[in-house]
Amino acid sequence: MSACPDKLLLVHGLVDGELDAANAVATEAHVAGCEGCRAEYERILALRGVIADAGAGYEAPAALAQRIEAMLAREGALAPSAPAAAPRRRGIAGHVLDARWWTGAAAGLAAGLAVMVWLPRPAPTTGTDALVSSHLRALLPGHELDVVSSDRHTVKPWFAGRIDFAPPAPDLSADGFPLAGGRLDFVEDRKVAALVYRRRLHVINVFVGRADETAPRGTETVSKDGYNIVRWRSGDLDFSAVSDLNRKELEQFRALFIQRAAG
Amino acid sequence: MLPHMNAAYAFARYLARDPAAAEDIVQDAYLNALRGFDGWRGESAKAWLLTIVRNCYLASVVVARPDLSAEDVHAVGDAPTPEDILIRRHDAALVRQEIGRLSEPFREVLVLRELEELSYKEIAAIVATPIGTVMSRLARARQMLGDRLKVAEQGVGGEA
Repeated sequence: MSACPDKLLLVHGLVDGELDAANAVATEAHVAGCEGCRAEYERILALRGVIADAGAGYEAPAALAQRIEAMLAREGALAPSAPAAAPRRRGIAGHVLDARWWTGAAAGLAAGLAVMVWLPRPAPTTGTDALVSSHLRALLPGHELDVVSSDRHTVKPWFAGRIDFAPPAPDLSADGFPLAGGRLDFVEDRKVAALVYRRRLHVINVFVGRADETAPRGTETVSKDGYNIVRWRSGDLDFSAVSDLNRKELEQFRALFIQRAAG
Repeated sequence: MLPHMNAAYAFARYLARDPAAAEDIVQDAYLNALRGFDGWRGESAKAWLLTIVRNCYLASVVVARPDLSAEDVHAVGDAPTPEDILIRRHDAALVRQEIGRLSEPFREVLVLRELEELSYKEIAAIVATPIGTVMSRLARARQMLGDRLKVAEQGVGGEA
């Protein structure tokens, strides 16, 4: 018994989740009632299972990875992950690739699909770009936190002696924004405190630095490459919260942060 | 490890059906990506890289490599595997071998869908083929592979 010729591709599309809602419903109904198509449907699922279980993919040999990393480093595209690294001499090609990887990498991270262990150094940037790139850099394994603690009484003192101001680290766990820790970071060559909060699976980096008198006062929310950035000022400190969290919740986060930090 | 390197290597390996050739292709691909030879049109980084891998493979075929023979199921690329993976090793070898026996248009579509889990749209862009053609090739590839694996497994999978 074989599948109906005119339904065959639809059955495959159904398995692959490629059909729109109307076609999916119609095809599901057909599969339920047609023996041949149901057999085909199950056969596809079984085959997919066999391929997945077999682990038929290949891992790139470590030597190849090393060779390519060395090659990219020679070409000037690979950047050290240290945030304080001096600006590098860059060819135009490296710059072009950079932007490309950058966008792709940002999309991948935003989708939560990719674990990036390498990102090119972003082009020299200002303002929002720098914040987003610091945020992204912080998502690299091992770069997120210098002090790992959900306790504000651990995180806040940690900054003492490492930075010449005391960033507030309010406890927002009751509001669904648990504190994950903190670290030192650099945004546009300025040393800042970075507080890391979480919201479900999202990471929020709050960069705290001394207020720059030339910076705009008041609060603002901007979007960049799928990331939302909420900025505000409190006293002589500037705050920038960066996350792939939606804008509404990020603004809610800001309000809570200000409220709890003051209280 | 660079992003998507396993994906790039696996795709190159299935295209070239040769571990050494796959390594050359992947290296070329990263270099071309770096130098921006292949324009990026807004697709995912992975899809973009796999497009370049495919272009490098096609270029390598034109150059031709008489010293390289296809079909080397194990060897260089296989990292040491833990015991639990060893048990499945036979299956992996078999599945790899049968995928490798598919002709190229079917092989690449199947690998991009089943191993790289790309969407029809992404696959169509990579192989520069209309989406309908991708769908029919994928269906055909699955049929052929299903038939062969069932034959090779001699009833292990039962009736499907």
